[in-house]
Amino acid sequence: MTWEAFLEMLPKLASGAVLTLELLLLSACIGLLLAVPLALARVSKRWWLSLMPRTYIFFFRGTPLLVQLFLVYYGLGQFEAVRESFVWPVLRDAFWCAAITFSLHTAAYISEILRGAIQAVPVGEIEAARAIGMRPHQVYISIILPRAFRMALPAYGNEIILMLKASALASTITLMDLTGTAKTISSINYMPVETFVTAGAFYLAITYVLTHFIRFLERHLHPDRKEPVMIVG
Amino acid sequence: MIDLQGFGALLFAGTQVTLQLTLAALVVGLILGLLGATAKLSEHAPLRLVGNGYSTLVRGLPEFLVVLTFYFGATDILMALASTLFGYDAYIEVSAFAAGTTALGFIFGAYASELFRGAIISIHGGQAEAARALGMSKRQTFFRITLPQVWRIALPGLGNLFMILMKDTALISVVGLEELMRVTAFAVGRTKEPFTFYLTAAVIYLLLTSIASLGLRYLEKRAALGVREALS
Repeated sequence: MTWEAFLEMLPKLASGAVLTLELLLLSACIGLLLAVPLALARVSKRWWLSLMPRTYIFFFRGTPLLVQLFLVYYGLGQFEAVRESFVWPVLRDAFWCAAITFSLHTAAYISEILRGAIQAVPVGEIEAARAIGMRPHQVYISIILPRAFRMALPAYGNEIILMLKASALASTITLMDLTGTAKTISSINYMPVETFVTAGAFYLAITYVLTHFIRFLERHLHPDRKEPVMIVG
Repeated sequence: MIDLQGFGALLFAGTQVTLQLTLAALVVGLILGLLGATAKLSEHAPLRLVGNGYSTLVRGLPEFLVVLTFYFGATDILMALASTLFGYDAYIEVSAFAAGTTALGFIFGAYASELFRGAIISIHGGQAEAARALGMSKRQTFFRITLPQVWRIALPGLGNLFMILMKDTALISVVGLEELMRVTAFAVGRTKEPFTFYLTAAVIYLLLTSIASLGLRYLEKRAALGVREALS
């Protein structure tokens, strides 16, 4: 591969990376917001309340993301009611279809992570909170959820990285993300291996930065785990 | 309803290709995983570097990008290898099935090598020493003592990887293999009913993953025969 060809593809791939990051940021945030009520309903002792999230999680974890993406992007347009409703301008747009599908998909996984964390909150802390007269919703808001979020952070970080990799599928519905851009470039310069490897290096770089950011957050949220300050007197 | 406007048989054929692809990639992946784990635990530093580099790199890349690289790059890579090694210069065409199997197996192997490595080092060293003391060769020790236990320890993790593999086969539709997703897209093109058919495909995938998870539970129970558990 010549240097010119390499330098030529870098700015294009960088603009693809921006789209990938936009999709990732949107789905990581919306996914988390959706996951909280799902996880809360999932841990409920009333069977009819936990049935909905159970079905939701079963569907989104048991089918390929590609099927989910095509169901939203191609599938919803089958219904006249959808095509004539006010949401059609959003659902017609590939970007929003990808953002919606990724959010719904990752919400299923994040809610399972949160469920694990909620169930891992020590019973004694919940009992103590009740003993000092907190109401059930107060116990959730001030004790269980903050504790659960902190415990779930490493797994949430893993999920974000999985989502980064899964976001490559956006290229199948015409979006020019990192992978989509690489595909277009390789069909022009006829150097698929070199182009895809360069795109891969972009993904690895993003993964590297994300892992370190999550690790930084973790240290920030666990002041108790910080190295003790040595006082040399 | 099973007829699906005449596309039932086509979807069934696609499902069969999906299953063939899953099993073929599983075999490739298990072999690569064992080789990768052996390389990681090798006494030779270059081999360790190759083993660790393989799993670190592949696990950091999108599966879809790996599939595209294998499919569009396989011809280039094979032709370059053939002409430098054997002086063979004719055009080499790689089928979508072969490229898909290698790509998915390559990804599976990267994750499996970590599982196998963890399982191998969790087996007490005294067992291998005892086997050696009984006069078993290194090979016999590996196949009779280590491997059966590695299977038991790595099985839950391998099960997860198998489910991911099954869903990842959908990616191969993009490079033209006539598996479930591809034939579904064909039916959609004919009937103009995308929701009906993609939902049908989703239900078939759900069925496959559900059956697989039942089968895995059975395998796990069987592999754990004779393992004592704490009474609860």
